[in-house]
Amino acid sequence: MSAAWAWRVAIGALALLVLAFLLAPMAAIIPLSVAPTEVMRFPPEGFSLRWYEEIFTSGRWLLAARNSLVVAVATTVVATTLGTLAALGLTLGRFRGKAVLIALFSLPIVTPSIVTAASVFLAFSLAGLSGTLAGLVLAHTVVAVPFVLIAVLAALKGFDMTLLRAAAASGAPPHVAFRRVVVPLIAPGILTGAVFAFATSFDEFIITLFIAGPAQYTLPRQIYASVREFLSPAICAASVMLFLCSTVLLALTSWARRRQ
Amino acid sequence: MRGQNALAAVLVAPLLLLLAAAFLVPLGTTLLTAVADRELADTLPRTHHALAAWDGEALPGEEAFAAVADELGVALEERRLGPLAQRMNFAAGGQRALLLRTARAADGLTAPYAVSLPALDPRWGERDTWLRLRDATGPVTPLYLLRALDLDQAPGGAVTRMGEEDRLFLTLFLRTLGVAVIVTLLATLLAAPVAFLLASLPPRWAGLGLLAVLVPFWSSILVRTTAWFVLLQREGPVNATLVALGLTEAPVQLIGTRIAVIVAMLHVLLPFAILPAYAAMKGIDRALIRAAASLGGSPVQVALRVYLPLAFPGIAAGGFIVFLLAVGFYITPALLGGPRDQLVASFIALFINREVNWGMAAALSVLLMGFAACAIAAARLLLPAALKGRLSP
Repeated sequence: MSAAWAWRVAIGALALLVLAFLLAPMAAIIPLSVAPTEVMRFPPEGFSLRWYEEIFTSGRWLLAARNSLVVAVATTVVATTLGTLAALGLTLGRFRGKAVLIALFSLPIVTPSIVTAASVFLAFSLAGLSGTLAGLVLAHTVVAVPFVLIAVLAALKGFDMTLLRAAAASGAPPHVAFRRVVVPLIAPGILTGAVFAFATSFDEFIITLFIAGPAQYTLPRQIYASVREFLSPAICAASVMLFLCSTVLLALTSWARRRQ
Repeated sequence: MRGQNALAAVLVAPLLLLLAAAFLVPLGTTLLTAVADRELADTLPRTHHALAAWDGEALPGEEAFAAVADELGVALEERRLGPLAQRMNFAAGGQRALLLRTARAADGLTAPYAVSLPALDPRWGERDTWLRLRDATGPVTPLYLLRALDLDQAPGGAVTRMGEEDRLFLTLFLRTLGVAVIVTLLATLLAAPVAFLLASLPPRWAGLGLLAVLVPFWSSILVRTTAWFVLLQREGPVNATLVALGLTEAPVQLIGTRIAVIVAMLHVLLPFAILPAYAAMKGIDRALIRAAASLGGSPVQVALRVYLPLAFPGIAAGGFIVFLLAVGFYITPALLGGPRDQLVASFIALFINREVNWGMAAALSVLLMGFAACAIAAARLLLPAALKGRLSP
């Protein structure tokens, strides 16, 4: 029994080390972002918010933040709408080949992102969509929509279809039944999908690198450009801000999951 | 029932259209771009026509010479020669110079062109020059795919290997495979203990541990790669720790090494391995473990013959996702690796952003897609149970 105990302790210790490894980068970058000096020595001496001030007053960073937000919100709206409708259709329909359709819709997840990005670049360049906001949103939607579909499909699995018949029997036309019966019940699933879509677009880098014009520089692209140019603590500050955004999104999904 | 299916079709259609327009059509475009060969037909249509009729035995007739002399000059004047010059130069060095030189001198040439062209540049008197042009008559060419496999096309179409110093892409694919396999193995090995710990902790602590996995999982890959870039600096915390522990005397160069790439990739991909493994282990019925123990199984036997097989589908699915993602990695090698640590993705980006060689970018993408498809097929064959409905977040 003691051998088993030793094994457990060893596995637990290794697991804790791995968890520490997972958290270390963010834990290290937060103190660096409030360092007063340009040289990033660890541990930093002193405290200053000058780097946060710099990103919050710099035109480049603000424009990038605005672009990221615009693209992510637009992507979320399109992906959530189309994904929810398709999930409903896939649940309601009684036809063969549903599994094929779902696999088809999930294809963007298993396709290497560089391949998706290169393909979108080639096709959008030929179609004149490269460098446009619409093109960028369209491309982001493709990679974001599978998450919405999966989340809403999962939510619909627990949906009792007799409720729809009850709604119809009570005289509700389909769109009213959808709005007043279906949506409230699967709302947590839709919210989870929407948050995933937002996060996917907000983090997306490689497609943006290929097809975004200079007017559509997003935050990840701005960080990438800055790191290649000159590494300053301002990048740490921007990273911390983005990290906070992701944490808020994470909190949103767990809240939605609890409600489901 | 019929009406319900019609409604379902209407609901699914918009997404299907979007997927077709912004994903399936682009993938098709890539497949076509990888083999398309339109430059000669577009730039020099009469030459194209004359060469299509040529048998390739002796030199082509005066008609082809005249077409080249005439059309090259016009194309240069109208600034349309670039794509063809690039296409021909990609097939064989020096072709761009030949085409430009001929185009500039085209006005001064006189008939018979079968004499004046070789007088301008003796290469026009060689059959190989004409064969190379004929190889470019399209509409499809294997050239880009061959190059992506370190193969070349001799004039006339015979496939040969590239010269030793020009070989690049097979090494690149092997390197990509190697890095992906290492990261997958490490991620799987390290994910299992974490998943086990999380699955056996009481809920409150498990929630806290899960948060430690989810927080990095949700934060941007670029942010995490940037964090590693900061950490691995010469003056960074990692080097400071190494020196403090006495492992090295002076700070070592970590940025630009394979180790930096693998560590950061592992960090980015570990949550993808942990979460499915955790889900599988969480679902294991504790009664089975107790039953195995009460039937006389030693702890090691129980772990290896009951627990691990039950958890295997989750572990395998996680490893599979990690592998698929690792194969297409771009940012981490680009920021943290040296020139010898770049993976296939970096070269696709290079051909798109710098070299503007869409054929090569598309050919590498097609091969990478094939690579991923093989991985998916292999996984389906080897671990059918593991993949059922597990490709979800």
